[in-house]
Amino acid sequence: MKRWISKNLLRIYAFFAFVYLFIPIAYTMAFSFNDAGKSNLTWRGFTLKNWQNPCGAPEVCSALGNSLKIGFLATAVATILGTMIAFALGRHRFRGRSTVNLLIFLPMATPEIVLGASLLAMFLNLGINPGFWPTVIAHVMFCISFVVVTVKARIASLDPKLEEAAMDLYADEFATFRRVTLPLVAPGIFGAALLAFSLSFDDFIITNFNSGTLTTFPKFIYVASARGIPAQANVIGSSMFILALVIVLAGQLVKTRKSR
Amino acid sequence: MIAIRSGAKSSSVGRGIKRPSTPYLLLIPGLAWLAVFFVYPLINLASTSVQTPAASGEIGAYVQSFRFANYLDAISGSKEQFMRSIFYAVLATIIALAIAYPLAYAIAFKSGKWKNLLLVLVVAPFFTSFLLRTIAWKQILGDQGPVVTVLRTLHLLGPQAGLTASAFAVVTGMTYNFLPFMTLPLYASLERIDPRVLEASGDLYANAITTFRRVTLPLSMPGVVAGTLLTFIPAAGDYINASLLGNPKTRMIGNVIESRFFEIVDYPTAAALSFILMAAILILVTIYVRRSGTEELV
Repeated sequence: MKRWISKNLLRIYAFFAFVYLFIPIAYTMAFSFNDAGKSNLTWRGFTLKNWQNPCGAPEVCSALGNSLKIGFLATAVATILGTMIAFALGRHRFRGRSTVNLLIFLPMATPEIVLGASLLAMFLNLGINPGFWPTVIAHVMFCISFVVVTVKARIASLDPKLEEAAMDLYADEFATFRRVTLPLVAPGIFGAALLAFSLSFDDFIITNFNSGTLTTFPKFIYVASARGIPAQANVIGSSMFILALVIVLAGQLVKTRKSR
Repeated sequence: MIAIRSGAKSSSVGRGIKRPSTPYLLLIPGLAWLAVFFVYPLINLASTSVQTPAASGEIGAYVQSFRFANYLDAISGSKEQFMRSIFYAVLATIIALAIAYPLAYAIAFKSGKWKNLLLVLVVAPFFTSFLLRTIAWKQILGDQGPVVTVLRTLHLLGPQAGLTASAFAVVTGMTYNFLPFMTLPLYASLERIDPRVLEASGDLYANAITTFRRVTLPLSMPGVVAGTLLTFIPAAGDYINASLLGNPKTRMIGNVIESRFFEIVDYPTAAALSFILMAAILILVTIYVRRSGTEELV
């Protein structure tokens, strides 16, 4: 027994680390089935009614709608702009590369509160009221860097010989890009878009500064936390978790199928 | 950001690209966005940070001046919260490293065919809202929650004592929330280590501890540096954990900046504090990166 423990010490440790990671998620999921009244603090018995009526609590679904709209818009713009920069960095030589790298790195190294506060100060100075579009603009801004990093890594891992082969076979620059490079980089772009969406969807600090009276899903939870969060928020949180897990696992499955 | 080799180093790639303007056309839209919505706001914030209240005395009205004393006022007004932010962030980073290193090691070397699934599980917490998870901690550590109940039955905690609204809860929440940021770069650098290098160390009569200390740890240093930075930077600026899990005595600098902006409407002080926070983080990060000898980071 003692030998088994010392042999598997690392695995046991890893197991407990995963338990730690999943306790709050399990808690969130369990309380989505709670037969709670206004506040979802203590267990009052099992029910499915929250799942049958996820929009039952006031404002929860309009907040979710705003978050999804902002998420999709910001993801689309950030993925396009970030992918373009990644291609410039990964496939071209030009002057000022280190300045570009620094400009990409800095937003990731700046605390969110500074990003949010500086944008809000600018909008206020320009007489622009915070709200939907300022929030989208802010989300695009902080997502671009993460898209660049993700797509650039994918481009760097490609074998340049594949593109050379296409050119040797008389494909012009555009055809090579469209038929060879882009399909090879596509998984990286898709991953970057998923990352951008999850960053945008979950962002609270920058959103809180730039959204004014608009309520997003994280903002709804923050405001509601003072008087008790409705169980419907747990339903939505749990659904997003399951949905994201299914997407990622399906992606993994496709990848292993293809590599066989 | 983390030691990603840029593909352009191989010179053969550029063969088919004739127009030197192409990279600039690709760069302009994205960089313009960052210039207008990241760089300019910072410059604008710098000018806000030296403004003075308008003579009219109207709340939220400020005129441009160059009152650098705003910075001194800001520091002396919130020295305590500053030190606390750095302290909590360092603490959360160290605990997260202690949890994440063995975890990343186990995934990289001991997980076999489960590797990909375990990696998905590491990032899985990101799929539920950050705020929902933090509030879940509030309930787990709450007076009616399982942890307090167990500790009270074991008499490790008095009947009146609790765990929430405390520094302990804030640091627990921060450690938890930033743990995946620590684990992923650690895993990435550990996974790149060739197991044969570790075997070679064993063949040369190094025991497990020496192998770890002299081979594994130095080779994983880029991951340690990247992970600690990705944890420390957001932790130092965070105010969600402090406001959901803390009490007035655990206020962090993020809380001060937020309330200066929204409650007191004191934009210059908020701006000055933002810059001091950024400067403090940049200085600490620079020292740390120099010390640990991995400058390939940026």
